[in-house]
Amino acid sequence: MATEILMPALSPTMEEGTLAKWLVKEGDSIESGQIIAEIETDKATMEFEAVDEGVVAKLLVAEGTEGVKVNTPIAVLADEGESPEDAASAARAPEADKADAGAEAAPKPQAEGATEAPAPARSESASDQAPVAAVATDWPDDTPTRSLTVREALREAMAEEMRRDDTVCLMGEEVGEYEGAYKISQGLLDEFGARRVVDTPITEMGFTGIAVGAAWGGLRPVVEFMTFNFSMQAMDQIVNSAAKTLYMSGGQVPCPIVFRGPNGAAARVAAQHSQCYAAWYSHVPGLKVVMPYTAADAKGLLKSAIRDQNPVVFLENEILYGRSFDVPEIDDYTVPIGKARLARKGDDVTIVSFGIGMTYAMEAADRLADDGIEAEVIDLRTIRPMDTDAILASVLKTNRLVTVEEGFPQNSVGNHITAVVMERAFDYLDAPVINLCGKDVPMPYAANLEKLALVTTDEVVEAVRKVTYR
Amino acid sequence: MAARKAAEKPNVSGEDLQRYYREMLLVRRFEEKAGQLYGMGLIGGFCHLYIGQEAVVVGLAAAARDDDKQITSYRDHGHMLVAGMDPKGVMAELTGRKDGYSRGKGGSMHMFSHEKHFYGGHGIVGAQVPLGAGLAFADRYLGNDRVTFTYFGDGAANQGQVYETYNMARLWNLPVVFVIENNQYAMGTSTKRSTRSPSLWERGAAYGIKGEMVDGMDVLAVKAAGEKAVAACRAGDGPYILEMMTYRYRGHSMSDPAKYRSREEVQKMREERDPIDRVRELLVTGNHASDDDLKAIDKEIKAIVSEAADFARESPEPDAAELWTDVYA
Repeated sequence: MATEILMPALSPTMEEGTLAKWLVKEGDSIESGQIIAEIETDKATMEFEAVDEGVVAKLLVAEGTEGVKVNTPIAVLADEGESPEDAASAARAPEADKADAGAEAAPKPQAEGATEAPAPARSESASDQAPVAAVATDWPDDTPTRSLTVREALREAMAEEMRRDDTVCLMGEEVGEYEGAYKISQGLLDEFGARRVVDTPITEMGFTGIAVGAAWGGLRPVVEFMTFNFSMQAMDQIVNSAAKTLYMSGGQVPCPIVFRGPNGAAARVAAQHSQCYAAWYSHVPGLKVVMPYTAADAKGLLKSAIRDQNPVVFLENEILYGRSFDVPEIDDYTVPIGKARLARKGDDVTIVSFGIGMTYAMEAADRLADDGIEAEVIDLRTIRPMDTDAILASVLKTNRLVTVEEGFPQNSVGNHITAVVMERAFDYLDAPVINLCGKDVPMPYAANLEKLALVTTDEVVEAVRKVTYR
Repeated sequence: MAARKAAEKPNVSGEDLQRYYREMLLVRRFEEKAGQLYGMGLIGGFCHLYIGQEAVVVGLAAAARDDDKQITSYRDHGHMLVAGMDPKGVMAELTGRKDGYSRGKGGSMHMFSHEKHFYGGHGIVGAQVPLGAGLAFADRYLGNDRVTFTYFGDGAANQGQVYETYNMARLWNLPVVFVIENNQYAMGTSTKRSTRSPSLWERGAAYGIKGEMVDGMDVLAVKAAGEKAVAACRAGDGPYILEMMTYRYRGHSMSDPAKYRSREEVQKMREERDPIDRVRELLVTGNHASDDDLKAIDKEIKAIVSEAADFARESPEPDAAELWTDVYA
């Protein structure tokens, strides 16, 4: 009986990868634990070990093939006593009728063909392109753009600011030699050296305090939290030291610092690694809180955050790191903090979201449009100071509001938006506001439960139907 | 003990001794006045007096350069005065007035002076320790040879972030002097009741940091130890830990009845170890000052303090609009 070797998932969020190199060839005997291939994820090149023993009957995916989906068969092993030929054909048979993009690309020897092939198949296909581009107002229509991942955009923002200003430095766990746990700081140590790209021990409270002191002392530190969940260890320094000192000093001691890193749920990392801090930090006067969705905003807002004289909490998302968006080819492109983005125009309902919540908001808006409901989608981008005028202007037009976020429901960002709209536009509301949030439970690990805990596109669609009575 | 000897046979000019005397006296009289104003309801909230510990800041200021930095906890009035901040502005902050260093928005625990390189005034026990190391990090990064004095108490010495900071400060050789002001009581908990460590400075050895215990009631011993610490930091061999054995005469704050220690203990300290008396004696026995000279200094200090108090009472409260300023830069 032949054994198929499948494309492995090598990180919680990996959906596909590049089969960079085979370290075995057809006919080789392999042992369990032997390294048989090198696989590139969106973050790193990983060695892939065999689990089973046998003879390599067939390599199904040529080296250099990009966009190979997780769980696609990439090779076939012949078991003891089985002829490699039999094994190869046995494994092929069921494969033929699947014809899924990854498997399709696989047997072709040329890497070129496969480069074109990577099936986007993910949510951005419809939602991020047409409607967003049509209403994007941050750059003139004729500006050339290029496609960048959010990861690349963040890296460019830091590199550009570090080139521009010698006092900008990056600190955190694994930011230097390891090049970032999520590869956001790839290449920065090489370019800027260990003086400016500082690897710290695992000591959040300590290095956050040191970074805040360094900001008072004339630097512009960017502190990377490996995830924002770990920032709770450092919250006293962020809230009591960074946010309040300007006020407590009667304006004498500003604190130009950025706290950044992935925030919110990734995939299957359970309760302690899945929390959203948008509502938490946006409670605090003296902090600015930014949570971009697109790569253009990630880049433009991070550059603005680094230049800001105030402490900025910059909330990223691991699932978004690998997503591509158009970024304008504008020198020194910045996006102002505190300005929302009109992501989609519509007259029937306003959906306000930010960060990864925008994925569901935009998908829902597309589905609703098929049924003749035109949603206006506002990407908040900055949680504090909040662009409440943009929300109000839209609600005055649509008279209905749904908010979408992944954080917990009590005292959510949506709750605050609702209060503002109640106070300032009560008479314009034709339906109660609905706040969609993550569920009011610690994040479960099981795949099905995790899905249930997160906000979904279906929920957004349903909420919009409720407030529009359709 | 070398430092102790220096105090017995002081190799110090009469002029310097007079300066230390003047500075310590300023702190003491200022604090006494602050206590009085607190009793009159002119100062609110928490007010932590420095009386008894004056030799620590005065001795270290004598070892420091004007452009060195300082940061401490909420028992901070003495540090500010010795850093050269104006007593009027400090007292007006205590009374929460417009002319205070933080325009009345910081109070006793939160004052800053960029000009005098004083970075607070922090209310969370131990939080100032990484912050001070961060100031030193900036200096090392910018390539100057300034040193940061980071003060904290025996109570803060049990906070985890102190040791996170020791580790990184030594890893990166930061030019920071960690000054543990061991006044033997963390609020009401004596060091004996909070740790089995025989000393606090020795904990630095676990991180490869040098340090020593110092008689914090002896301004000359403090200065000598401070000079050693500063030299190590400027030479790139920081940080350095100084554990100052000192004593506060007053309660933890104005509202502390200090039932955790005997009146006799305090009295004995005052009579036998007082840092100001010690310098006064050196001035007199060394013929550096006559009784009349000392009286003149006392009078001069009294005048400065009462002027500060008058100023702090007369300065208006901040404008209501001040509520909304300085939230963002």
